[in-house]
Amino acid sequence: MTTEPAKPPTEPVSDWATDYDIFDPGYVKDPYPTWDGLREKCPVAHTDRWGGSWMPTTYEDVRKIAANVDIFSSRNPLVATAGELAEPSPEMEERATAGAPPISSDPPVHTWSRALLLPKFSIKEVAAHEQPTRDLCNALIDDFIDKGRADAAADYAQQIPARVIASLLGIPQERAGEFTGWVQGFLEYGLTNVDLRSGAAMQIMSFLFEQIQDRKANPGDDLISYLLEAKTDGAPDPIPEPHVLGTCFLLMVAGIDTTWSSIGSAMWHLAQNPDDCKRLIDEPELITSAIEELLRAYSPVTMAREVTKDADYNGCPMKENDRVLMNFPAANRDPQKFANPDEVILDRPINPHIAFGVGIHRCAGSNLARMEMRVAIEEWLKRIPEFRLEDPEAVTWAGGQVRGPRKCAVVF
Amino acid sequence: MRIKVDSEKCEGHNRCFVVAAELFELDDSGYAKEVNDGKVPAGLEEKARLAVTNCPELAIVIDEDA
Repeated sequence: MTTEPAKPPTEPVSDWATDYDIFDPGYVKDPYPTWDGLREKCPVAHTDRWGGSWMPTTYEDVRKIAANVDIFSSRNPLVATAGELAEPSPEMEERATAGAPPISSDPPVHTWSRALLLPKFSIKEVAAHEQPTRDLCNALIDDFIDKGRADAAADYAQQIPARVIASLLGIPQERAGEFTGWVQGFLEYGLTNVDLRSGAAMQIMSFLFEQIQDRKANPGDDLISYLLEAKTDGAPDPIPEPHVLGTCFLLMVAGIDTTWSSIGSAMWHLAQNPDDCKRLIDEPELITSAIEELLRAYSPVTMAREVTKDADYNGCPMKENDRVLMNFPAANRDPQKFANPDEVILDRPINPHIAFGVGIHRCAGSNLARMEMRVAIEEWLKRIPEFRLEDPEAVTWAGGQVRGPRKCAVVF
Repeated sequence: MRIKVDSEKCEGHNRCFVVAAELFELDDSGYAKEVNDGKVPAGLEEKARLAVTNCPELAIVIDEDA
C-alpha cells in the first residue's frame, strides 16, 4: 500500500526552517549555505515533507539527541518515504523479523548485537583486509590509467566497498556489481520511491537468506559463518537466524553506499586541490589526519531517530513517532565547534567530528571505512599524482541520507 | 599529568589510540583504556591533550597537575 506524501516534493521549498527538503537538487549539490542559515535562525528545523521530520544542525544538538536513546529511538533509522514499504511475503516475514540490528535496535538488544560485531571491526582485524584492498585499487587503476581519464566516483570509489564487504561476507566478488545495484535501490533511489525500495530490500534479503543456508552447510572463515556460531553475554544461543540475516543486511546496506560516498567526495576534493595532493605525496604521514578531515568536511551519512514519547526539545514540540534527522554532516561544519569549518585543513589538530555518529550507535565499521579511504587515496596518488575534474559542472551528487558524488570524471 | 578514559562514555571511536598510541590500549571490541595507570610520560603531554580534544564522546579526563 502506498500513500501520497503530505506535500508534493516537486514544489520549491518556501522556507528551509519549516519546509526543508533533503532531496531538493540544489540542496543535494550544495547543502552548506542552508545549514549555515539554519544554525543562525532555527537550529532545529522542521518539515512536513516525506512524512515529516525534525532536523538539528548544530554539533551540540546532534550530540544531545544521540545521547538520549530513551526518547530518541533507533527503531527506524531511515526516513521512510512517500508511503509504506510493501508488506513482506509470509515467508520473508519469518526470515527477516529482526530489522537491521544493531543500527535499528535500542538497548538491550542493541547491546549484545553490537558486542557480537565490534571485535570483527577492530583496527587489528581490519588490517587483514588492507593488502587485498590495495590490490583491488591497483587493478581498478590498471583499467583506466592509460586512457588519461576516469570517473573517480563510478570507476573507482564505487567499485571498492562492495568488493570489500563481499570478501568479508564470503560472497564471490563477481556478484559485487549486482548487490551494489540493490543497495543503491534501497538507500538511494529507493528513498523517494517506495516500490523500488521494497523490491531492493526483498532482493537483498533473499540473497542473504541463500548465503546463510549455504554457510550452515559449508561454514567458512567469513562473517556470516561467524555470526551463526557467535556467542556473547546477554545474547540468545544460538543467535536466531532472522537476527543474523538482519545484521548481514545492515553490513551490506551500511558498508557500501556510505564508504563509496566518502571515497568519492575525497577524490572530488583532491581533484580540485592539487596542493593537498602534493602535501599528501610529500608528507605521507599526514594521511591519518587527512582522512579525519575529509570525513568531517564531507560527512556522507544522516541517520534518523524516532521520538518515543511527546517531548519538548529546545522549544520544539516533538510528538511520539516524529522522526528526527541526525544531521551529522551539518554538525561537523558548525563554526561553534570547528574553526574555519568550510576549509579543508589536512592537519587540523582538533577534530572531534561525528561523521560516524556519536553515542551508542557509533558506526561499527568505522575502522574498515577509514582503511578503505586511506588505501584508495594512497594507491591513487602513487600512480596518478596530478589530476583534475574534467568538467566541474558535470559532477552529479546523490543526496538524502547518504551524500556523495555519483559521476565525477577526472583527467590526468 | 594524568589521563583517564571514562569507560561509560567511550564508544570505541579509536581516535585517542590513533593520535597517542603510547598512552592508550584498545580491547578486542575497540574500547580504550589508559596505560601505565594514566601517567603521561614527559614529552607526551601534547599528545595527551590531543587525545582529549579529538574524542567525540568527551570520554577522556585529564589532570594537568597530577
